[in-house]
Amino acid sequence: MALDLFTVGDPIADTKAPRDVPIGERWSERRFRAKLVNPANRRKLTVIVVGTGLAGGSAAATLGEAGYKVKSFWYQDSPRRAHSVAAQGGINAAKNYRNDGDSVHRLFYDTVKGGDFRSREDNVHRLAEVSVNIIDQCVAQGVPFAREYGGLLDNRSFGGTQVSRTFYARGQTGQQLLYGAYQALERQMAAGTVEQFARTEMLDLIVVDGRARGIVARNLITGEISTHFADAVVLATGGYSNVFYLSTNAKGSNATAIWRAHKRGALFANPCYTQIHPTCIPVHGEYQSKLTLMSESLRNDGRVWVPKERGDDRDPRQIPEDERDYYLERLYPSFGNLVPRDIASRQAKNVCDEGRGVGPNGLGVYLDFAEAMQRLGRPAIEAKYGNLFDMYAQITGEDPYEVPMRIYPAVHYTMGGLWVDYDLQSTIPGLFVIGEANFSDHGANRLGASALMQGLADGYFVLPNTINDYLASGPFEKVDAGNPAAVEALEGVRAQTERLLSINGTRTTASFHRELGRLMFDLCGMERSEESLRKALDRIPEIRQEFWTNVKVPGEAGRFNQSLEHAGRVADFIELAELMCVDALHRNESCGGHFRAESQTPDGEALRDDENYAYVAAWEWTPEGAPPVLHKEALEFDYVHLAQRSYK
Amino acid sequence: MNLKLRVWRQRSAAEKGKMVTYQVTDVSPDMSFLEMLDVLNEQLILDGEDPVSFDHDCREGICGSCGVMINGRAHGNGLFDDHPQTTTCQLHMRSFKDGDTIDIEPWRATAFPVIKDLAVDRSALDRIIQSGGYISAPTGTAPEAHSILVAKKDSDAAFDAATCIGCGACVAACPNASSMLFTSSKVVHLGLMPQGQPERNDRVVNMIHQQDLEGFGGCTNIGECSASCPKGISMENISRLNHDLLGALRAGARPKS
Ligand SMILES: Cc1cc2nc3c(=O)[nH]c(=O)nc-3n(C[C@H](O)[C@H](O)[C@H](O)COP(=O)(O)OP(=O)(O)OC[C@H]3O[C@@H](n4cnc5c(N)ncnc54)[C@H](O)[C@@H]3O)c2cc1C
Ligand code: SF4
Ligand code: FES
Repeated sequence: MALDLFTVGDPIADTKAPRDVPIGERWSERRFRAKLVNPANRRKLTVIVVGTGLAGGSAAATLGEAGYKVKSFWYQDSPRRAHSVAAQGGINAAKNYRNDGDSVHRLFYDTVKGGDFRSREDNVHRLAEVSVNIIDQCVAQGVPFAREYGGLLDNRSFGGTQVSRTFYARGQTGQQLLYGAYQALERQMAAGTVEQFARTEMLDLIVVDGRARGIVARNLITGEISTHFADAVVLATGGYSNVFYLSTNAKGSNATAIWRAHKRGALFANPCYTQIHPTCIPVHGEYQSKLTLMSESLRNDGRVWVPKERGDDRDPRQIPEDERDYYLERLYPSFGNLVPRDIASRQAKNVCDEGRGVGPNGLGVYLDFAEAMQRLGRPAIEAKYGNLFDMYAQITGEDPYEVPMRIYPAVHYTMGGLWVDYDLQSTIPGLFVIGEANFSDHGANRLGASALMQGLADGYFVLPNTINDYLASGPFEKVDAGNPAAVEALEGVRAQTERLLSINGTRTTASFHRELGRLMFDLCGMERSEESLRKALDRIPEIRQEFWTNVKVPGEAGRFNQSLEHAGRVADFIELAELMCVDALHRNESCGGHFRAESQTPDGEALRDDENYAYVAAWEWTPEGAPPVLHKEALEFDYVHLAQRSYK
Repeated sequence: MNLKLRVWRQRSAAEKGKMVTYQVTDVSPDMSFLEMLDVLNEQLILDGEDPVSFDHDCREGICGSCGVMINGRAHGNGLFDDHPQTTTCQLHMRSFKDGDTIDIEPWRATAFPVIKDLAVDRSALDRIIQSGGYISAPTGTAPEAHSILVAKKDSDAAFDAATCIGCGACVAACPNASSMLFTSSKVVHLGLMPQGQPERNDRVVNMIHQQDLEGFGGCTNIGECSASCPKGISMENISRLNHDLLGALRAGARPKS
């Protein structure tokens, strides 16, 4: 093991879930045991919520409704633009409206298994429990979910499950759910319970006497850097897929808020768990700035294949049936095209590595609707997937109704994030982390339609019922801009900003970002090995060194300066990338999205090592030069039997 | 291909702006419009010049961040016969020809002051939502989802209206800089759902009132909004809004303040 790269510290554990009662009663018991805050006192308590996606938007609105004083921050111009808006496919809930054997227990079981037994049972069970309330809440807000002719809600199935429990709003589920939360948030802004800080980026966390008490943020229009204080801070800043430069995330998605909090003492859990989504539009050129996902729901009707012969570059429509390899159906007869994402992605990589990939650079596989069009007719396909087909046609210039789509995996989601306990509190008291920014529910692989569920569970139902336990001991002693911790944090941010602007080297921020991204995709992507990771760990410090001596960031600090914003984010990505590689190297097993070449079954499936690795790896930051410290949270499986995942 | 760009440059709201000409070379037809601007910006940075600011985020046509006037048309919609209405980030360079000159300007409207270059302040649209574009359903109060039936045709029509991404192209395209299409999309979305009925009258009068306060112009049924809307929000929503507004006023609803 790579002992030179880290040291092992004390183990860590969640202490909030009441384990003395059965799992199905723990959430209700926790709410009962948590201290409450009298409604009249809530007004005296301030909560900063950073982020307005599904997690942050729903949390800020709900805390405002409860009567707390909320300060809401986000970097776009409007809260409605948080990247949750881009989620297409749907949101899971254990409603069992289809009478197909679904239940809270089954959703719990599927999620633990789908996460390849690397998540905490208590949190996942609660997620499954509150899933049903989410749908009720969103319907009450007027979210226009897909409906049946009788007026009831429609469902569809998603990868990794055999029941139909996914609620959706055509191909724009995230958009519609986000607008529900956004409207609730705007309503609270009008009511005066939520104060808004648009186009304001959090650049550091202020910790006073061991508690999270505020943030340092930059107003992106005026460039002003200032401090903001509260009794508790909630981070809902999304995932860090943009470490890979090309991903399905928005261009502005970043790790800065959680990374700075990590540097202030919050442990970072499982940074190497990243999800590579199987159905994205392939890369088309060097100048490419992002990748576009085609919803996984397409795998309900589309069939994935490549030619049997390598180098077969005929028009796909000319390739006869018996010369095609529907490899997912062949390898996984019972789940077929609906295997979980990690498996679908890795098999796509495998067939491309064999030289059977399609498209200009051989990095693509077909997703074919010819059979579905015959079976269901074109109008049915248009109704179900029309907007996705249009988007594909716009981007590629090809008509997917005529020619099979070409798809290739792309980085999509990060299961890792700041470590939180059952209350969603990080290792810094008063710092809560929700949504994709935490590590909590998806283990080593997230199932489709489960991130929207988690974001809204955290924001509407979990955090508003746990944060009171912490706030009940407040209001805490007043902190103002003169506090030494606040001054130090503010000066630190100013210094970094000035430093970035003063280097005036010869390379653009984007060129560093592209270089880092390619390196991470190749060496710490769909498949990792000791050799590849060591190579990455040799190279990343060099990139960091070159970045800090040779980057060219134009403009001034005191103005709208998008180049400066990007440079700060890339500086953090470079540091995070290193921790991701250390984590990936230390975890000498394969699980979910983390596939180590050294650890596979004879037929090439991920091989877990439960004896040595059934734990959450929570990393402590140490100043430059000292290796990070690993704290392990042992995972216990009392309700779901630990087993090798099988989708055959 | 090689292109000549004429781009609006303005350092801040307080300073005056002007069109500046740039050449971009080796543009690939597969690039998106914003990727083409990225290439220009990389070049400007290396030449020690100030890169062009423009809003963008998802780059897949859903967040509503991007939006510029391309040859006088919002998002370039209406310039190309064969191209569906879309956002700036989903416009691809294959729609242009080698040697083309492209004018790129920000949204122009009193209610959308320029921040820098092509980026404008659209927070007025959020304030319209704040004034009534929601259903009051505090978290935890919701009944079981299936206790409210919604006819599929209503739900589908509500969805069509609800797909508005708040980009502001309708305002930019309108000779009166009216935000009526934007406002109507929310009024109609919520007005078609049974959950939206109790606040229906107040919603429409308050949203219209706020729209006026923000300095958006009145609607004179020209239709440029819908023709420029990347989501194809139809003018029919405006008729429905007017119908709702009349009904609400007749029923005695008046703006809050
Ligand atoms: C293309 C795509 C499709 C998807 N489809 C599905 C799906 O069908 N089903 C599903 O369940 N999941 C899906 N997902 C995953 C899911 O959408 C996300 O995991 C989820 O929406 C994340 O929500 P969030 O609230 O945690 O973060 P986000 O929605 O990313 O919000 C982050 C917020 O934080 C703010 N922010 C970030 N950094 C800072 C900072 N430094 N300072 C201030 N503010 C900051 C941003 O402004 C934003 O408001 C999809 C993801 C993508 C990318
Ligand atoms: S109505 Fe259309 S053009 Fe206007 S803001 Fe909405 S999406 Fe944009
Ligand atoms: S960048 Fe999101 S719609 Fe264009």
